[in-house]
Amino acid sequence: MSESAQAPSPLIPLPRGPVPQAPARARAMIEIKMDGRTVSVPEGSTIIDAARQLGIDIPTLCFLESLTPVNVCRICVVELEGSRTLVPACSRKAEPGMVIQTDSERVRLSRRMVLEFLASSVNVSTAPMFAEYMKRYGARPERFGASPATVAQMPKIDNDLYVRDYAKCILCYKCVEACGTDAQNTFAIAVAGRGFSAHIATEYDVPLPDSACVYCGNCIGVCPTGALMFKSEYDLRLAGQWNESRQTRTDTICPYCGVGCDLTVHAQDGKIVRVTSPVDHSVTHGNLCIKGRFGWQFVEIQPAPKKS
Amino acid sequence: MLKAVRKGAKMYVIDPRRTTSAQWADVWLGLDVGTDIILANAMGREIIAAGLTNARFIEHATSGFEAYKKFVEKFTLERAERETGVPAEVIRQTAHAYARAEHAELCWTLGITEHHNAVDNVLALINLALLTGHVGRYASGINPLRGQNNVQGGGDMGALPDRLPGFQHVENDELRGKFERAWGAKIDPKRGLRLSEMFDAMERGELTALYVMGENPVDSEADRHRARKLLGGLGFMVVQDMFYTETAALADVILPAAAGWCESEGTVTSSERRVQRVRAAVPPPPGVRDDVEIIFDLARRLGHDWGKPNSEGLWNELRQLSPIHGGMSYRRLEELGGIQWPCYDETHPGEIYLHGRLWATPLIGPRAPFSAVEFAPPKDALDAEYPMRLTTGRRLDSYNTGVQSGRYSSPLRQEEALELCPEDGARYNVREGEKVRVSSRRGSVIAPVRFDSGLRPGLAFLTFHAHDQVATNDLTIDAIDPKSGTAEFKATAIRIEKCQEN
Repeated sequence: MSESAQAPSPLIPLPRGPVPQAPARARAMIEIKMDGRTVSVPEGSTIIDAARQLGIDIPTLCFLESLTPVNVCRICVVELEGSRTLVPACSRKAEPGMVIQTDSERVRLSRRMVLEFLASSVNVSTAPMFAEYMKRYGARPERFGASPATVAQMPKIDNDLYVRDYAKCILCYKCVEACGTDAQNTFAIAVAGRGFSAHIATEYDVPLPDSACVYCGNCIGVCPTGALMFKSEYDLRLAGQWNESRQTRTDTICPYCGVGCDLTVHAQDGKIVRVTSPVDHSVTHGNLCIKGRFGWQFVEIQPAPKKS
Repeated sequence: MLKAVRKGAKMYVIDPRRTTSAQWADVWLGLDVGTDIILANAMGREIIAAGLTNARFIEHATSGFEAYKKFVEKFTLERAERETGVPAEVIRQTAHAYARAEHAELCWTLGITEHHNAVDNVLALINLALLTGHVGRYASGINPLRGQNNVQGGGDMGALPDRLPGFQHVENDELRGKFERAWGAKIDPKRGLRLSEMFDAMERGELTALYVMGENPVDSEADRHRARKLLGGLGFMVVQDMFYTETAALADVILPAAAGWCESEGTVTSSERRVQRVRAAVPPPPGVRDDVEIIFDLARRLGHDWGKPNSEGLWNELRQLSPIHGGMSYRRLEELGGIQWPCYDETHPGEIYLHGRLWATPLIGPRAPFSAVEFAPPKDALDAEYPMRLTTGRRLDSYNTGVQSGRYSSPLRQEEALELCPEDGARYNVREGEKVRVSSRRGSVIAPVRFDSGLRPGLAFLTFHAHDQVATNDLTIDAIDPKSGTAEFKATAIRIEKCQEN
């Protein structure tokens, strides 16, 4: 071995080495039956993974690929032969020989009930998938009468970045998970209270600026109903100016640090109205920090030159 | 990182401040500012003494081990404890954990590189990776985390004084000749000046005209008085920027530029060498133009008509000239969500880590050298007149000189303040919010005090995000690392005096 520690010359490019590979674990395949068809998925896959492989659309509310399933909304339930209860497709792992019905009358009834309970108690007007689900399952929330119990309340507006309108909250836990161990590890929010009084709260229900919140907005990114909303979007909606048909969505890269988070810039009439991040992107799976999610306003605002 | 911690990874945080990361760590090594080399060398000595080296890797792929072993003999754990402030037993544990781990990474940011001996700091860490074989393997390596979305890409594209795009050295005749033939132009065969060398050249009167693109050196340079004086004394300065910065205020010509990330087309390269597409989402304001358009127009005025700029066309030209980017077509970048260089051709997947060649049998290319790096304390020494150590850094919601991040309403943002530990607050008899005069050998500023129990007695902290509130770089020293050209932003000697006006 040479003992003179001679640094490689910067003038000469280093030779190419072997192409590095990430270690891949071989996974056994599991065969199950779904709606009369046979499908084979890698071990560890869920029922919903198998359904997607077959092109079967199972509705979800509390499920997101980037979060640990919490099984609270029960809208993804399917009928599993030999199981007394319906099982949640989002978290139940495929097991060899499973026979599953994803759209039986029992399944449809259960989903209809879930939608009726939620739509009768929660303002679902800005939840993009709700109207379609209600139509698909024939949900009639009005059958609970003219004045069912609701979670109606005033929106919480305590900072300039985002609004928390818990009248629109279906308690899917996604925001809690994104704030906690699944993404941000900040733990600014949790579910407080029991039963119908259960709600998302900061510690002692303090306003956000007094809480542990670091305004990553990852909770907004996962909220399925619009209960958590960018202030920019909230203000435009309030003014009746929010118009998605006049909006463009463009994928680009965050202008701040070196992580390289994918941003989707939503612009209306050539002005940025909000910034989101695609969950399926390999770099940060939809998670951002305060700068990436909210720090874009410098593009729009040009203050007068400062005096020095 | 927290994801890895959640999966059971052990995290050791080495930082003078007990940061949020340190609070998540299994072990926090709160060393004194600027003593990184002693700590690294002591870890190296301990790894050797305990027989925890990867002898096969050292034999196979490195050079200079025996000399290194002899050199680090004097960096005993006891000495390290005395000079870094970290207990010897904790250094020993950290060294053992690093050496014994199946996979381990050393990650760092500016705490390692904003010193007068920045490159030596990095070399001291590389030694540890070479000792243990934690390099060139999946999930093991050395990883400087980049602070800006395209600081990697800027260097990759040749925005370095001695490199052409793709890190091809300008003083290599063959490589330079390739570019000269492609561009039909002669390229100066000698390396240019680093930023810090440019300031010296301005001082000597050799550099009289400057074209500044997207940078605010008046606020971002250490020893701001000197930077402002030299930039103000230039014969001619052009500033091309999206903001009217303090630097632009000194310019003869200002070229208003579009926001690269959302008003123009192109690529950026992230910290993990991933080239990614940026796209125009909104049109630039009236009178504001894309950087490339401005440069094309300038070329036209200088008698070179390059036609109409087209980002994909420019990128394909780069792919022809830079082998490590050869396989990155726009189509593949979109399909794969970015590609990590090197990517030599369109069948190449990109490389998730570097230096795998060191594990090839037989070894491919030159051996990786150990470096015997001597410790040298920060240039701005503490004494009776300047007894406190000031270190500078960033806050989560802000970015550099604040021209970009200062324009959104962050609920986290507080007035810039000198952070001290409560014990120092008591020592100086100041309460939170009270103003103090902070003086260094170069300048002095007035700042309110805020307490941070993550600081230790004798250590103060400021950022340079809000120079209109506290001009931190009036205090910092432009002691430059001769090997990298970086200034020692992390270590300033200061004095604190309570203001009369409180």
